Amino acid sequence: MIQFSQERLAKAQEIITRYPEGKQKSALIPILHLAQEEFGGWLDVPVMDYVASILSIKPIEVYEVATFYTMFNMKPVGKYVLEVCQTGPCMVSGSDKIIDHIKNKLGIKAGETTEDGLFTLKPAECLGACGYAPMMQLGKHYREHLTTEKVDAIIEELRAAAKN
Amino acid sequence: MKLLLENAHVEGIRYYEAYRKTGGYRALEKALKMTPEELVEEVKKSGLRGRGGAGFPTGLKWSFLAKPEGVPRHLVVNADESEPGTFKDRYLMEFLPHLFIEGMIISSFALGSNVSYVYIRGEYAWIPDILEQAIAEAKANGWLGKNILGTGFDCEIYVHRGAGAYICGEETALIESLEGKRGNPRIKPPFPAIQGVWMRPTVVNNVETIAAVVPIINMGGEEYGKIGVGRSTGTKLMSACGNLKRPGVYEIPFDLSVEEFIFGDEWCQGIANGKKLKACIPGGSSVPILPANLLLKTAKGETRYMNYESLSDGGFQTGSMLGSGGFIVLDEDQCVVRHTMTLAHFYMHESCGQCSPCREGTGWMYRVLKNIENGKGKMEDIYLLWDIQRRIEGNTICPLGDAAAWPVAAAIRHFRDEFEWHVLNPEESQTRNFGLAHYANPLEVVSA
Repeated sequence: MIQFSQERLAKAQEIITRYPEGKQKSALIPILHLAQEEFGGWLDVPVMDYVASILSIKPIEVYEVATFYTMFNMKPVGKYVLEVCQTGPCMVSGSDKIIDHIKNKLGIKAGETTEDGLFTLKPAECLGACGYAPMMQLGKHYREHLTTEKVDAIIEELRAAAKN
Repeated sequence: MKLLLENAHVEGIRYYEAYRKTGGYRALEKALKMTPEELVEEVKKSGLRGRGGAGFPTGLKWSFLAKPEGVPRHLVVNADESEPGTFKDRYLMEFLPHLFIEGMIISSFALGSNVSYVYIRGEYAWIPDILEQAIAEAKANGWLGKNILGTGFDCEIYVHRGAGAYICGEETALIESLEGKRGNPRIKPPFPAIQGVWMRPTVVNNVETIAAVVPIINMGGEEYGKIGVGRSTGTKLMSACGNLKRPGVYEIPFDLSVEEFIFGDEWCQGIANGKKLKACIPGGSSVPILPANLLLKTAKGETRYMNYESLSDGGFQTGSMLGSGGFIVLDEDQCVVRHTMTLAHFYMHESCGQCSPCREGTGWMYRVLKNIENGKGKMEDIYLLWDIQRRIEGNTICPLGDAAAWPVAAAIRHFRDEFEWHVLNPEESQTRNFGLAHYANPLEVVSA
């Protein structure tokens, strides 16, 4: 059965109190973030239905929001999602090279996941780190001033982390 | 003169104690002894203009806020910073969270908002922790919460994360998103000042705008208004990026010349790797790109300065806009066609899909540009692009349509021969990843 951990459920309930009574739907996006964190990095239909039940809204209200926002994954992703920015300022700073390097190194195309389930490459639109380009988002944080060597080191670091 | 980043490098400034020691929360103390009406008046006098991109006078926006009896009002801060080239609000929130929170409390008091929200882009996933830490510290020290400093004013601030949608930087889309919906902009009127979030009167302001309220109250609106040039008062945060030797966030005076900003030692220190300046988008990806000659000098041959009026001198024919302050610099090796293609891809990805000119037009422009960039374009495609952008501009509910059309229009206007070069040299344009360098001549004005 799909259910938040005690801690996340309490967090979700606290978030709901931030909005006026009867406007609990406002908590939808923050709670979808919690759900994606807890249930494997993507939003399966039963997960979205569960979120709908917490907020007492219709499941369709959750689906239409979840599919609108780029950060919500509608299908399974790897343990680590490499979101490399490809918009103008990053492009002129060499993001194409970084993306090609990751494709070659991991043997995957944009949007694909490696066979071992570790890495997904997700080219991203501007992430607000233009002065520190090229860059990628990795989970909660940014990795900036990327070079192919740095990318190699990040991949090694993540492979090691996955083993532990 | 620095009004916002003066203390950015003070050790521990992210935390309450250091911020307070540098004079933090004095503006709030002062503000709470004034009336909300007096505060709005001070902001009006300051001449502060919205720092998110549109440059609308903040005090005027505040004075539009409806105050029906018994209906709560809200301040919502737009921290959805997503305009390519722009990363200044991130800097403010990350390094000076208390300055921002102090500005929010003062503004909440001025507007009568007892519950205010920060709508922050979801990708800035580590910043809510920083802001929530500052909010907790402000609360623990009596600057936030119930009955602040015994004035009877209650205020709560909540950080609300988005989830990746450029369109949510548009204020009505942001409001829809805050209500837990898709970020589809609303048709105005009604304006948010009358019916905003949950149909309550709402003011939506940019992060930098709200932070600027602190120095305004500290020095008084009139004094603040004396700083700057003409209707560009105070200072502006610029986020400089692209092929610069020293990209980053800078607080600039409005009388700084564009040339000094790019080449000055105190600022960006010139173009990286000894290259020449080719072009620049001075105010975020939506504003017109300018070739080096028109960037540094106006069409009349006058020095161009980093302020609202000077950057827009010449209109869209020969000028651009200060916009959000996202300053994107391209060196002589960069291809304007390719750069414009990435921007077109961005707008295609970010169109909410409500209005057909934008939904269909952005994708169409991207596909045409991709063809040209890859040596598969025809001369007619350049006319086609012009035609598509012209039919998007002004024909959509929100300004995303314009924002998508302008970069394409300006690229063709100023770099037409680079588009033609791609059409005429299909094989070379597939292998060569750089454009025509003849626009690059930073110090001598050549005609476009």
